[in-house]
Amino acid sequence: MDNRSAGGSRRVVRILHAALLGGVAALLVPVVAGRAQEGASGRAAAAKDPRVGLRAGLRDAGEAARSMERVATLPKPPGFFDPQAPLGQPTPPEDEKADAKLKDLPEDHPTIQQILSGLNYANSDLAFSGHHLFVGNFSGFNVYDIQDPGRPRLVTSVLCPGGQGDVSVHGNLLVMSVEQTRGRVDCGTQGVKTAVSPERFRGVRVFDITDVAKPRQVAAVQTCRGSHTHTLVAHPGDRENLYVYGSGTSTVRSAEELAGCSGREPKEDANTALFSIDVIQIPLAAPGKAKIVARPRIFADEKTGAISGLWPGGDHGPGTQKTATTNQCHDITVFPEAGLAAGACSGNGILLDISDPVKPVRIDQVEDRNFAYWHSATFNNDGTKIIFTDEWGGGTRPRCRATDLPNWGANAIFDIVDRKLKFAGYYKLPAPQTEQENCVAHNGSIVPVPGRDIMVQAWYQGGISVFDFTDSANPVEIAFFDRGPVDATKLYTAGFWSAYWYNGYVYGTEMARGIDIFRLTPGEHLTRNELEAALSVQVAGFNAQQQSRIAWPATPVVAQAYLDQLARTQGLPAARIDVVRAALERLERTTAAVNGGPAAEVESLARDLEAGAPAAPPRDASRLRALAATLRGVAARTR
Amino acid sequence: MPKLTNKIGILQSSIGKIRPEWIILDHKFQAMFRLCLAWVVLLIGACVSLASCQSGSASQAPLVQPGAPGQATRTITPAEAAALPQPRHGPADVRFMQGMIAHHAQALEMTALVPARTSRAEMRRLAQRIEVSQADEIRMMQRWLEDRGERLPDRHAHHAHGAELMPGMLTTDEMGRLAAANGDDFDRLFLELMVKHHEGALIMVDRLFATDGAGQDAEIHAFASDVDADQRMEINRMQAMLGRR
Repeated sequence: MDNRSAGGSRRVVRILHAALLGGVAALLVPVVAGRAQEGASGRAAAAKDPRVGLRAGLRDAGEAARSMERVATLPKPPGFFDPQAPLGQPTPPEDEKADAKLKDLPEDHPTIQQILSGLNYANSDLAFSGHHLFVGNFSGFNVYDIQDPGRPRLVTSVLCPGGQGDVSVHGNLLVMSVEQTRGRVDCGTQGVKTAVSPERFRGVRVFDITDVAKPRQVAAVQTCRGSHTHTLVAHPGDRENLYVYGSGTSTVRSAEELAGCSGREPKEDANTALFSIDVIQIPLAAPGKAKIVARPRIFADEKTGAISGLWPGGDHGPGTQKTATTNQCHDITVFPEAGLAAGACSGNGILLDISDPVKPVRIDQVEDRNFAYWHSATFNNDGTKIIFTDEWGGGTRPRCRATDLPNWGANAIFDIVDRKLKFAGYYKLPAPQTEQENCVAHNGSIVPVPGRDIMVQAWYQGGISVFDFTDSANPVEIAFFDRGPVDATKLYTAGFWSAYWYNGYVYGTEMARGIDIFRLTPGEHLTRNELEAALSVQVAGFNAQQQSRIAWPATPVVAQAYLDQLARTQGLPAARIDVVRAALERLERTTAAVNGGPAAEVESLARDLEAGAPAAPPRDASRLRALAATLRGVAARTR
Repeated sequence: MPKLTNKIGILQSSIGKIRPEWIILDHKFQAMFRLCLAWVVLLIGACVSLASCQSGSASQAPLVQPGAPGQATRTITPAEAAALPQPRHGPADVRFMQGMIAHHAQALEMTALVPARTSRAEMRRLAQRIEVSQADEIRMMQRWLEDRGERLPDRHAHHAHGAELMPGMLTTDEMGRLAAANGDDFDRLFLELMVKHHEGALIMVDRLFATDGAGQDAEIHAFASDVDADQRMEINRMQAMLGRR
């Protein structure tokens, strides 16, 4: 080895170092720039939320996160955005003083002909099956391979417009909602030329996804009002059929186009398509024969039988919100194991008994003077609580500004007591957002941490918020992710449509930007044991509108998670917790041959813990019982 | 690259001198090293081209368009997808937006009469609600027209003599009667006329969707659906105030 070559290698090393440093610096620039802006706008309050003042940008916005970490991002693929205007057109600002002066068009106004709004290409709801992620879009859907969630891979893009494109998956079938008048039976993009046409499609499409790279349409069930959202109901008592609750929120089409359709008010036409949902039956052996089997009148007055028996629309008195008329459900979430469904039905939240999926029976309904539009519903894992969301402003408006009321455009949390809904509290994204960010409560799902009720939720450009509602009256945020607005000066419709937990990761659909994948990280509000207990839950698939009860495995980490919670609430003395932890560790260390002692010790502790449950406050009592059951399971497995 | 292989060569020969049988391993090692190096170079290249190493891959997935139920799904290129026809706004969409601006503007003229002519707080609140939502929608419609380079209507277009009134709109005479009324008479007349006015908006939405090729852009579809829902809600409320429910 001579000096010259040594010098050469040092030079190579220096160049490599410089390149690496440059790369790191390049990666840091957006972060630093984002932080700098935060500082500029909020230096006075150091404790201010890091989500305030984030830099705007479609691809380089400032980001803030707590107890969650973004692991992957993919932009929307070709065919799912307009290259000329990836954001579409801005929404005009509101004027609180209702100044509606009409102005003349300026002479030099640029003529922009034939534009399409960004909504035509917006990402919407998502579903999971195995290692595949299905992302709905107003123009179709995209399928991703998420075997490695840190490196999602696009498997196929399916063009089939009609909005909103909500998707659900059951076995080899994918179900999709279509509501717009441009929808076509043949998935064509050109729209429909005539006002009455057999080519138009509004309703529920069914695709065979046996070849996931090339889905085939096998059924297209036409409905009067189209399908804004839908809910799969795989009923435990009927293995031969899959049921779909179709919720239409748009205008009703003419009877000339689809026989029997009427959009008239009930007193003008008792057979109106308003005031109902569509129950569709898909025979699993012959999905091509899918059809509507019922249009139940779930808003009917119990006494008079009038089909418009719920909230008529309008405000609830001085200082209250104006609530939409209950002539539709926006979204329904079912919990088949409990025989229950929660309907977010524009003017009311309703509870349905779905023991017979074709004949849902309303068992309770609630109003809320702070709600504008009952939008979606999520059960907790036990099926003892429901979170309803209020989509005040329809999702296109900035409703999380510091000046917006904290109980408007929020979640309302209800306890289910004796099959009745009992209001407990509100939760709204705690960080104020700008005028340029459409923001309101939107879609989310449960994070399966045993012993706690936790939800991850999308708030459009307000980002993603993870909150604990174990105490239904006092929900608390425990993690978040947020970006700055997509544009610094104008309001565009963008942000997270849905954010759902699936097998250890949070998947978010960004209307304008694409998809983001996150993992939660342990912190002040979530211990490593609690997180690992949630990670230990693996499911074969997930549709957010069809919930099932998760049972945690009897593992040491699940027991440790309960112990962390009892430590947090001081539900057990610290010394007692140490004893149980030590016994668990001894049990884990011992081999099967000599496990009699430690296993018996753990079983004895389980008995004591359970005996102490009745004297404990309700939440700790249920944790003590769950802990005891888990300890017994752990001990049993070593014998 | 040459310098590196040179150094590997030195390493190889020194190892080779100690144990001749290692040379075989050495060749394998060298091949493996080269392969690894090639992969590293490839991955760095891939990451640079993707602009972010943490992003997944979005390239080379098929783009497909299904057919009607029972029909085959076809594979298309991104270029073909970009060239696919999309529904565009047409004269009926423009007329709907222009007409609805004038229609909403008259509602604002009506609500402006309320504070001085009623003593009912409920009436004031109703007027305020109508004002806020209609003013907001006017701005949305103006922006929609501006973005498309279409003409904004003159704010007094609906007063023009001889012009055909849009459904539900008040005649000059009706407007005069409303302005002249007071107290309970005003309240009743306002509610009756505003119900009629709102029902006219529902007819306009019906006509939009009954026109060939109209109402197909996502935004205009969503907007027309919102107008329909909002006005129905307000009609319900006003009919309840009139004691008709």
